[in-house]
Amino acid sequence: MTASQTTPHAARYPAGAQAFPHRDLLGIGQMERHEILFLLDEAEQWVALNRQSAKHSDALAGLTIINAFFENSTRTLLSFEIAGKRLGADVVNMHAAQSSVKKGETLIDTAITLNAMRADAIVIRHGSSGATGLIADKVDCPVLNAGDGQHEHPTQALLDALALRHALRERGERADDFTGQTIVICGDILHSRVARSNLLCLQALGATVRLCAPPALMPVGIEAMGAEVFHDFDAALDGADVVMMLRLQTERMSGQFIPSAREYHHLYGLTKARLDKAKDDTLVMHPGPMNRGVEIDSEVADLIDRSIITRQVEMGVAIRMACLDVLTRRARGVEGWGDAA
Amino acid sequence: MKQAAFITITNARLVTPDGLREGSLRMEEGRIAALGDMPGEGETVDAGGKLVAPGLVDLGVFAIDKPAFHFGGITRAALMPDQSPPLDLPSRVSYIAKSGKPDFWVHPLAAATRGLEGKEIAEIALMREAGARGIATGRQWISDSGAMLRLLQYAAMLDMPVIAHAEDAALVGSAVATAGEYATRRGLPSAPAEAEAIAIARDLALAEMAGARLHFRQVTTRAGLDLVRKAKAAGQQVTAGVTPAHFMLSDLATAEFRTFARLSPPLRSEDDRHAVREAISDGTIDVVSSGHDPRGPEDKRLPFSDAEPGMAGAETLLAMVLSLVRDEVIDISRAFELVATNPARLLGVEAGSLSQGYEADIAIVDADKPWVVQSAMMAATAGNTPFDGQPTQGRVTALWKGGVPVEL
Repeated sequence: MTASQTTPHAARYPAGAQAFPHRDLLGIGQMERHEILFLLDEAEQWVALNRQSAKHSDALAGLTIINAFFENSTRTLLSFEIAGKRLGADVVNMHAAQSSVKKGETLIDTAITLNAMRADAIVIRHGSSGATGLIADKVDCPVLNAGDGQHEHPTQALLDALALRHALRERGERADDFTGQTIVICGDILHSRVARSNLLCLQALGATVRLCAPPALMPVGIEAMGAEVFHDFDAALDGADVVMMLRLQTERMSGQFIPSAREYHHLYGLTKARLDKAKDDTLVMHPGPMNRGVEIDSEVADLIDRSIITRQVEMGVAIRMACLDVLTRRARGVEGWGDAA
Repeated sequence: MKQAAFITITNARLVTPDGLREGSLRMEEGRIAALGDMPGEGETVDAGGKLVAPGLVDLGVFAIDKPAFHFGGITRAALMPDQSPPLDLPSRVSYIAKSGKPDFWVHPLAAATRGLEGKEIAEIALMREAGARGIATGRQWISDSGAMLRLLQYAAMLDMPVIAHAEDAALVGSAVATAGEYATRRGLPSAPAEAEAIAIARDLALAEMAGARLHFRQVTTRAGLDLVRKAKAAGQQVTAGVTPAHFMLSDLATAEFRTFARLSPPLRSEDDRHAVREAISDGTIDVVSSGHDPRGPEDKRLPFSDAEPGMAGAETLLAMVLSLVRDEVIDISRAFELVATNPARLLGVEAGSLSQGYEADIAIVDADKPWVVQSAMMAATAGNTPFDGQPTQGRVTALWKGGVPVEL
């Protein structure tokens, strides 16, 4: 089934702006199941567009989108930039390294400055949990969280869900949601905002989520969020439909969390032999960047029929287009979404 | 400023060391001259049947903020050495010791180590001469056990109390929250609550070896309180304190990344909050202080983990402690032991109690007066209170420092 054949299921969510009543996209934690499904369905049109040779829409023509990245990023920044440009918006990237943040300006002052430049949407990545919410309180336009500390990275979870849905549908499954799917997330859960957002998103869509990491990299009390906790990777993989590997976020570690990369690979590296012990069609995901030979072997990462890692990157652009489109509808006066302010 | 004439407060419910009693209190030459039934001599103030209590002695504050202290009925405060620069030199101590007079007395706490770095012992004896009333490790633990032992031995020789911060530094690292579901949901760097008990266990052992008087400024966990309880039962010279945040709030209050609830030590679980209330009730906790640390937006309007810890607590200290009386955790007399008598005794000052000859630091308290804590309306230099919007009861309606009335 191709993307263009999947039409939004009107019955799955309320009409008009009620389908996504939030001004900002701060985290999966604030979203209802039907709102997640709405964004996934909205993204399908952009998946289709992105597969054409002329990948352009004028939906957001005239709007200014600022990507304010206070933490280094390559792929997420690029993905948001492409998403904004394909929608016809004027996209500006602000890198913290070359900004007044280095000169001691507070985050709030930076936010107020961006706001005064009349951005129509601000995409923020910041190293501290909750930072995007703080900025959202101070600006007049929609704020999209592109990762805040160890808290959330909602567009990553949405793109992962979209990529997984596509992969399952290509196999002929309906995949309206992920009920019945067992999904393993393995790696540095403690420092991972991707793990938190994915846990919330996948569970909202019906999946059973297993988290696997050595105890030092497993956050305390994560069971209370509904996850099954494993320390033995082979046990976690038993019967798994999907395995999502995370890299070790050494830049966030203070102190030693694992003895060596070699030993980590021995216990938690996704090898072909390990994958073979799961199911014969277990899918492999990774949000990137990958450390080949540490958490994932090249042989596995490049498996054409099992790895959907490049698909995740592809879906990232579509999901971000959907988020930018939906969040700016009110300001653009799209019918059913309220008048332009 | 000296007290000019006799002042007699009549028609009072006196909070005395022997319990509540009706009567009058006379102040003369800055001291409590008499208590009991007496004619209204000199200037007379009718307390209208309200509580007349010792002015509060606030052990371990981070800023001298007179309007807030006076609002809260606080007439003396022991200032933590965590200043910029730290109170680690006699000259700084001597300057601070005079800074509040005449209407507010500051008792400086000497930095235990130079620069509060936890390595070299500071000139404690000279700082004592300059007015230091105790030694504090600051808002951190001294990791080096050898340095801590030598400090405690030195303090024992000088007969000065050591006021310690109980959080194992290596376990805490850069954590800003207590490990558990809430920290995990919010992705906040967290440390296990056990970091407190581990620190307390070591410091108790070292203090016993040294024969030193040890006061833990804040004990906030069930495990930590159990250790203090056992040490007290075994006869060790140890006391414990807490601030109202830890018996009023748990880590639930950090929802939405509210930085006014970013404290040091961080807020704990509901179970630990209940343990603190039990420890106040059974006498394990000796002191309740405000930990007053007014912080403006430059320190608080930041992402949670980038914000400075601390709350402006001076104005709400008494009301929160009186809430424990209404909840029948403690009685009125014990409430004032916690906020006045015990901290004064720990600092070795003749105050904090309605006793003849003691400094006439006196508050008239309307224990039932309702009011609402409002961050934007506070007397403190900043309104960083986690109790914003909370209705409460209990206000100081008149205050004297050394027999001289303080304008409220």
